Amino acid sequence: MWARAVWLALRVPLGRRRGFTCQADSQGSGRITADVIEHLERLALVDFGSREAVVRLEKAVAFADRLHAVDTDGVEPMESVLEDRCLYLRSDNIAEGNCAEELLQNSHRVVEEYFVAPPGNISLPQLGEQLPFPTDSSSHSGKGIPHEHVEEQ
Amino acid sequence: MAAPMLRWGCPGTRWALAGIGGGFRHRRGASIGSTPNPTREQSTVAQKPLHTAQKLRKGEHKWAAVVGLEIHAQISSNSKLFSGSQVCFAAPPNSLVSFFDASLPGTLPVLNRRCVEAAVMTGLALNCHINKKSSFDRKHYFYADLPAGYQITQQRLPIAANGSLAYSVCVGKKRGQLVSKRVRIKQIQLEQDSGKSLHDDLRAQTLIDLNRAGVGLLEVVLEPDLSCGEEAAAVVRELQLILQALGTSQANMAEGQLRVDANISVHHPGEPLGIRTEVKNLNSIRFLAKAIDYEIQRQINELETGGKILNETRSFDSKLGCTVPMRDKEGKQDYRFMPEPNLPPLVLYDSTTLPAGVDSQQVINIDQIRDMLPELPSVTREQLVQQYGLLPEHSVTLLNEVGLLEFFQNVIKETRAEPKKVASWVLNTFLGYLKQQNLTVSESPVTPSALAELLDLLERKAISSSVAKQVFQELWRGQGKTAAQIVSEQKLELLQDPAALEQLCLATMEEHPQVVTVVGEGGRGSRPDTFP
Repeated sequence: MWARAVWLALRVPLGRRRGFTCQADSQGSGRITADVIEHLERLALVDFGSREAVVRLEKAVAFADRLHAVDTDGVEPMESVLEDRCLYLRSDNIAEGNCAEELLQNSHRVVEEYFVAPPGNISLPQLGEQLPFPTDSSSHSGKGIPHEHVEEQ
Repeated sequence: MAAPMLRWGCPGTRWALAGIGGGFRHRRGASIGSTPNPTREQSTVAQKPLHTAQKLRKGEHKWAAVVGLEIHAQISSNSKLFSGSQVCFAAPPNSLVSFFDASLPGTLPVLNRRCVEAAVMTGLALNCHINKKSSFDRKHYFYADLPAGYQITQQRLPIAANGSLAYSVCVGKKRGQLVSKRVRIKQIQLEQDSGKSLHDDLRAQTLIDLNRAGVGLLEVVLEPDLSCGEEAAAVVRELQLILQALGTSQANMAEGQLRVDANISVHHPGEPLGIRTEVKNLNSIRFLAKAIDYEIQRQINELETGGKILNETRSFDSKLGCTVPMRDKEGKQDYRFMPEPNLPPLVLYDSTTLPAGVDSQQVINIDQIRDMLPELPSVTREQLVQQYGLLPEHSVTLLNEVGLLEFFQNVIKETRAEPKKVASWVLNTFLGYLKQQNLTVSESPVTPSALAELLDLLERKAISSSVAKQVFQELWRGQGKTAAQIVSEQKLELLQDPAALEQLCLATMEEHPQVVTVVGEGGRGSRPDTFP
């Protein structure tokens, strides 16, 4: 169950799709290094929790690698099961909005019609500072600001 | 690649007639940089070199700077890119947010036709190849103002690619030598905007307003063909004019409708490119130029003193006039791009491939859009040169200053004076007064009619040109008098009556016999200032 969830979550970034940035994969030996774990934990905000989980991940990756056995030369990849469908174009009319009250009810904290979030840019502690395994790793509350968002001052 | 190999930057420290140095204030005294820029008050006309930090060191290795720009322009549309909520600048927080924008489960994106048309139009205006098939991708990162945790963009197959943008910069010491350049456009893509976050450091919280989340953006990615702040400013100004002429974006930097990020690196010509830094938080064209020039100089200084450049993101501090590193030094982000599973590929057609019998609302014909393209700024400028015999650099200034072209055309309509005369008055005197007092054309106390009347008086030789300048100054005071009134009140008319003139001359000569003798003996070349 857990392995399948991990496998599904990681199938995309670890796959060898054309044109996508590949994770630093240590596919050669089938081992996944601590660096990769730290990177994944930070990116996807998952918690590997234990050495066992990492081993399961390695097995899952090995399982998925069997896809390479299929010869896909000259075959266009299918990116979407909708590829034959027409992309519907909506006309530029205003049809939604004005439901601030409803939306704000979803938020734990609200200040004058704004959603309240913890401050951005809490950097995660480095791996060296954390206990290796098992770890409580509750430090997922924030991460470094992605570069798009630093214009608001 | 295409970086000119010069003393680190542009030939000469001149600003492009693109009108930097006060030309782009959208609101006078707005929050764009709180401390008044000293150069703004100095010059009457916006032709002053701003980056005095550049010191050309003799005998040093030559440096070449490489600047690449990423420009985000908010599409001018009624509703957002993938949802039907309204696009509006100032509105109560979170009032323009649909369930999709808030990323509630079960919602799906539905593409806005207007945004696609805007993208195609912009692509055509920028000489791009329009991809008949483009697709959408997800770019993942976590931030509070991105509710879904990803942004829908077009990374792999954008809607337009491989275009170019022509612009002009001033070269040489002599004012008015325009050089035409081109910057290549890598691609144009459609993407979603994120919400706005207001940082409340005092209470350690961030307030999120999603009104802007989901608004359609056009990202224009330029190749790193630029080499200094001046060129970058000229490019952005030209792009602004084009977008405004097309109507695809209002491109107002102060309101955040146009955002520019610059990637800057330096290297010695012939050697591989250096490490680049990214500079953000640039909300006016003037600051863009300053920031780029500062960063180039900083990198050169750093490298020349043996330091290293970090691949980081920096922010421009307008008060200090320098770039500062941003708090986060994470290094390269990994966005885990993946195809957007909820959107099939976007297919565009032209007149030859248009399928028959399809709902016209559901297809976009590139040729149809091409036929609807309005007049681009470069064409307008060319026409001004042809029609009125203006110099190219004059037409550049006329277009670059907001509202100036309309003012000029209104004056032309109402006056019999020659267009070149009108241009000279508008570009020198009128614009000079505006710059001196930091006003926009719309704030001018002198109306086109008033100036037209003044120019008529001048043309009829009812007044001299020095008197005309005097009258203009009076008009500028805005006391409601017309030029004719001022002239008659202050008796500034030129004497027309030959008899009266002769009388005056004789009287003058009688009063000053010595001067008459001197002139009589000296003949030609007598100085005019000997006459009272």
